[in-house]
Amino acid sequence: MTTQQTPPPATPTDGPEPSPAAGATHRRSAVAPGAVSLDLAAQAPELSNSVGEYLRAWVKRIRSGESGLLPVVGGLLILGIIFQVKSHYFLTAGNLTNLLVQGAVFVLLGMAEIWVLLLGEIDLSIGYVAGIGGVVTAILAAPPDNFPWWAAILIALAVTAAIGALQGALVILLGLPSFIVTLAGLLGWEGVLLYLVNGHGTGGTIRLSNSVLLDLSNGNLSPVASWVVMVAGVAAFGAVTILRDRHRRVSGLVAPPMAVSVAKVVLVAVAGVGLVLITNVNRSVIGNLRGLPYVVLIILGFLAAWTFVLGRTRFGRYVYAIGGNPEATRRAGVSLGWNRLWAFTLTGLTAGAAGILYTSRLGSISNNIDGGTLVLYAVAAAVIGGTSLFGGRGRMVHALLGGLVIATIYNGMGLIGLAADYQYMLTALVLLAAVTADALARRGRAKA
Amino acid sequence: MSIATDTSTPGLAGGAGGPLLGLRGITKTFGAVQALNGVDLDVPAGQITALVGDNGAGKSTLIKTVSGIWAPSDGVISWEGRPVEVHTPRDADDLGIATVYQDLALCDNLDIVQNMFLGHELLTRRLLDEATMEKTAKQTLADLSVTTVQSVRQPVGSLSGGQRQSVAVARAVMRDAKLVIMDEPTAALGVSQTAQVLDLIHRLGERGIAVLVISHNLTDVFEVADRIAVLYLGRLVSSGPIADYDTQRTVELITTGGSSTRSDGNGTGNGTAESKD
Repeated sequence: MTTQQTPPPATPTDGPEPSPAAGATHRRSAVAPGAVSLDLAAQAPELSNSVGEYLRAWVKRIRSGESGLLPVVGGLLILGIIFQVKSHYFLTAGNLTNLLVQGAVFVLLGMAEIWVLLLGEIDLSIGYVAGIGGVVTAILAAPPDNFPWWAAILIALAVTAAIGALQGALVILLGLPSFIVTLAGLLGWEGVLLYLVNGHGTGGTIRLSNSVLLDLSNGNLSPVASWVVMVAGVAAFGAVTILRDRHRRVSGLVAPPMAVSVAKVVLVAVAGVGLVLITNVNRSVIGNLRGLPYVVLIILGFLAAWTFVLGRTRFGRYVYAIGGNPEATRRAGVSLGWNRLWAFTLTGLTAGAAGILYTSRLGSISNNIDGGTLVLYAVAAAVIGGTSLFGGRGRMVHALLGGLVIATIYNGMGLIGLAADYQYMLTALVLLAAVTADALARRGRAKA
Repeated sequence: MSIATDTSTPGLAGGAGGPLLGLRGITKTFGAVQALNGVDLDVPAGQITALVGDNGAGKSTLIKTVSGIWAPSDGVISWEGRPVEVHTPRDADDLGIATVYQDLALCDNLDIVQNMFLGHELLTRRLLDEATMEKTAKQTLADLSVTTVQSVRQPVGSLSGGQRQSVAVARAVMRDAKLVIMDEPTAALGVSQTAQVLDLIHRLGERGIAVLVISHNLTDVFEVADRIAVLYLGRLVSSGPIADYDTQRTVELITTGGSSTRSDGNGTGNGTAESKD
């Protein structure tokens, strides 16, 4: 940095004598442009022309604390190796697919939490809001209502979105801390959930019988359809990536080197092929159980949609801006209230979707759902993935990776026969490690 | 009475019609505290006006009134000769008044382009038009000869104080502001960065943009300003072309409100005499 000493403060006595005479002479000689050129460590790697330059900028960025997704991907690999050493069943196709399905709820709840975390708020109620989403779906789809599955889902999502909006409105209009409002929600919505489940009169558990609802978490595409969907998805990702780069180049802006973009697409293609190869293995001892689970598509759909909204719309931009500096955003003429309200609403909506997947996986929803633990896992998933608790920094993909870390611990500990006690302790350690990595990275960034 | 301060100046402000911004009898009270007391001030187009005064003289209160942070308790704001109401920052923005606050009001987590377009994003088919925004931002920075920024896609949090100031000013210029108000733009800057910012202020003037700059630093004021206005305890005690002032006189006005030369106890009556120096 080139910050020098502050100039003499404004004490009127030590100002040098200016020449008050002619208007022209008090103009000082112009400073040569570029006289103060700064070497910024955190240069964006997108703005390099060659692959070598791109990689150097990337390494520099990691060194300066912008480590991005590296720590969580590394953590995931390490956990995978540990569990595979301890249990040879871990890396089997059947278990990995199971892990994806287990992780879906954590991932989706993490995405729900990220909406409010980006604002610099928190939502402690989403565990039970998710529960309400599941309960409403289950009640409506069961006798005597017998709603079609899609109507039950839409109504449940509307209800949980409304819950999110209500809590958001209390935070925004009354200026209450979101921590307290949603803590009340944590208690209150559990009460509502108990009331609904117990009032249903089926002994504290509401079973799902609709096959579509059950298939959300338990059904699979056919192996052929898995390939088709995967190829289409990778092609879409590749087209978007390459076209965006071309658009930038045509507009005369710097784009990442072609080789880097191609490498990115190839990486995603390899991941897609791997995913389909794994899920297309027959994982049933008896009969035939093959193909990509629907739930993976649902998660990727949410990931794509929310990433798009955050990255490409005004609303998404304002969510980041409010989390970064609400006062600056207000002065820029942005309505803080409406944008925050929408974020709280999307938190409720996404949590409701997570609750429906949760209910679908279990085939029923009962009055002993542990929404308190679920919300802590959701926050942990977001933070482990790299989203800041202080607002303004985070991406939806963080919930995906963080949620997979939690699902891996949950799944792996179960495989090697360690019960909940160890599982909680290990999750705590991973969470601490993630937060520590973030804090150290920040310190690095401040120094750089 | 206090009008005298201003009636003495239009001839010197350049004959191109009335002032861009005219304040008449602006008063602002916070409960029992009277922060501004009948301030009359003209800011001519295309000139750099420095607003000076001691701590608590009402400088920040005055610019917050003009930029729509709060409404004056009394008085009239006129813009290009017409009386206007400025109730919100958006009102000021619509008129062409852009304020660069002391804390710069930037989002550290957003990059330069995102900050420059915050609240005014360009859209194509309802989606953010990043390419056009990035090009416009680059062009604006280049027009202002801001060349020290390596990439317009780096987060503002990674910039130096002078660069942040440049981004805040460029944001104002990009929106075709006719008046840029700057609150202590050099207060936290080192020597070379201060020079950068003063240079930037000059270039605004050259582009025909009026600048109202608050500063404690009289060196900077005399280096950059065309006109000077002195606030003392909520009253405008003197204003006029900078050539009529020197440091000693200005210091006296800032610290005593010019009471040593005052004949009446009012303080505003002698503005005429001082401007004619």
